[in-house]
Amino acid sequence: MPEPIRLKELAKKEDLLTSGHRMCSGCGTPVIVKMVFLASEYPIVACSSTGCLEVSTCISDYSAWKIPWIHSAFENAAATIAGVESMYQSLKRKGKIDKEIKFVTFCGDGGTYDIGLQSLSGAMERGHDMLYICYDNGAYMNTGIQRSSATPFGADTTTRPAGSVVPGKTEQRKNLTKIMAAHDIPYVAQASPSHYQDLMKKVRKALSIKGPKFLNVLSACNRGWRSSTDDAILLSRLGVETCYWPLYEVEKGVTTVNFIPREKKPLVEFLKPQGRFKHLFKPENDWALKKFQEMVDKEWNDLLRISAADKTADTTPEEQ
Amino acid sequence: MAKVVAVTGNEAVANALRQIDPDVCAAYPITPQTDMMQRFSSFVSDGKVGTEMILVESEHSAMSACIGASAAGGRVVTATCGPGLALMWEMLFVASGLRLPIVMPVVNRSLSAPLNIHGDHSDAMGARDSGWIQLWSENAQEAHDNTIQAFRIAEDMEIRLPVMVCLDGFIISHSIERIEYLEDNEVKNFVGEYKTLNPLLDLEHPVSYGPLILPDYYMEYRRAHAEIMSKVPDVVLDVAKEFEKLSGRKYGLFETYRLDDAEIGIVILNSAAGTSKDVIDEFRDRGIKVGLLKPRLFRPFPYEEIGDSLRHLKALCVLDRADAFGGSYGPLFIDIASSLYSFKKKPVLINKIYGLGGRDYLPEHAELALNELVEIAKTGKVKVIKEYIGVRE
Repeated sequence: MPEPIRLKELAKKEDLLTSGHRMCSGCGTPVIVKMVFLASEYPIVACSSTGCLEVSTCISDYSAWKIPWIHSAFENAAATIAGVESMYQSLKRKGKIDKEIKFVTFCGDGGTYDIGLQSLSGAMERGHDMLYICYDNGAYMNTGIQRSSATPFGADTTTRPAGSVVPGKTEQRKNLTKIMAAHDIPYVAQASPSHYQDLMKKVRKALSIKGPKFLNVLSACNRGWRSSTDDAILLSRLGVETCYWPLYEVEKGVTTVNFIPREKKPLVEFLKPQGRFKHLFKPENDWALKKFQEMVDKEWNDLLRISAADKTADTTPEEQ
Repeated sequence: MAKVVAVTGNEAVANALRQIDPDVCAAYPITPQTDMMQRFSSFVSDGKVGTEMILVESEHSAMSACIGASAAGGRVVTATCGPGLALMWEMLFVASGLRLPIVMPVVNRSLSAPLNIHGDHSDAMGARDSGWIQLWSENAQEAHDNTIQAFRIAEDMEIRLPVMVCLDGFIISHSIERIEYLEDNEVKNFVGEYKTLNPLLDLEHPVSYGPLILPDYYMEYRRAHAEIMSKVPDVVLDVAKEFEKLSGRKYGLFETYRLDDAEIGIVILNSAAGTSKDVIDEFRDRGIKVGLLKPRLFRPFPYEEIGDSLRHLKALCVLDRADAFGGSYGPLFIDIASSLYSFKKKPVLINKIYGLGGRDYLPEHAELALNELVEIAKTGKVKVIKEYIGVRE
């Protein structure tokens, strides 16, 4: 069992992603990476796919990573870390290494939902002992805010801009967390840096479990979301409280919702502060706002239904 | 003590890999490589090797996993062919750019479309500029011996570059030949313990692999890579010398056959060289001075040494089992022409494209080329520099 999170103790830990990296000010991602490192009770070897985090943290001859770190390409972080982990298993079996090391990836939604989905699915199926973390900012932010399959409905991106005919993205975003849960791996979860205790608890729990784990984290991007630089955590919180980004986990197939807002906020509270949704507030796009709310409601209700069913199944064991 | 066996090329290479016992192997099945990795997987399942086998979902992931495993700090192998190598293409440059000593047998296969699973050299030629070392093999014995030597070349502390060992799909991979095996301990001792260099798993000395490099420094890294490539031939020769002591089989940067006093000659890669040598013997019996050069180290290409070996000829035919579309000559022809360019007196060159998609290379094809060379040597006249042979009009 992992130790509970104690902030007092975490405050004493060394920062393993140093300051001075070149991520944009107000970006959610380095905050998430630091939380992951703080939560870990083990040494970590990390891998990033090509993307914001990668290009901003290791520009030769400087590296912000105080731990062993590798980047090889865009679509293959899962395969790359699987190789590292397999070498570790091989050398451990031969007695050439004895330390307990954990293997973690930090990849954006482009490298995860889209171009990296095949290698991610493969690595999960093969059962590597690794934690794949996706920082989902909802578009190809590094290359300049292009649409990805994680881009939310209605959002304005540079490849699906909101115009006089097309109101931004016309498709629903891919539910990747659900896809990963369908791999029947030991642990899948969704987290947000606004709920840092929950995020760190999930990281700690994931790292205590052997086998493949997947964690999807909402990562605010003020450049792409067209929001203020000091709103990353506020927007992450609104994402959770509007149920746009539910906090939940699927452990050994059992779904648990970790946060149910006392009063579910309307989606517009999450959308309003973001320029990428500005056009949705024009009267002619009212239908789109309604449709988006319906999508979020459906996903949320589905999730509640599944978790309720799992709970019932849990309390009706065979001995009854 | 050598053991003589009758095995296929795939089996011979798989057996060499068993003896080498790499730490990690990541592979994806593709014909005609499949049977090599199947055999190796049996060694894993039967505990004959301690290799961690990663059965990836694509060749792109195979090379990606090899990159991760090699950077982690251990001996790594994979194998592929044709479209599989094409899918790896992006990662080939990453493997060589990160200076990772991965060894990869490439069972040469054609590229689609149209879909064809048989042997030609389009795959490896497409990867010739990827910064990998390429060793080419005429037969199963050479493929076996090159595989063993490849680990020593790749892992040399001065080199640290990945190596492809090329052998012809089906013609060599699936034909049974007489092979001399070495003893397990002989191979193990020859290859030696793996020496790590900046391993990712060294927590006390954390390293970052795969940084972003902007225009201010990228070019220096590429030049450094080019400089390392220039050191490869010496290492290849040193390793070959040591291998000869062990096996009695001699290897160089390339092989010459009856070339020294020849007036005309052919240059050809891999299995077709064997057929060509027979035809050369026939011509020699008729008193015609013909010879052959078969490159072994194709990347880096030993331009000076090869040019020097061919400059005395009157006429020379380069046979390519791949074409470079777009009006150019075959890839081997281009390199041979480059190797001769600096000499004032040099042979007249012609180029034949043969054997694409597994089309048989027959003795009559070698005869056709040699008869044409006899004419050119006599008259100095070339009808056509490049043409396809063994093809319907």
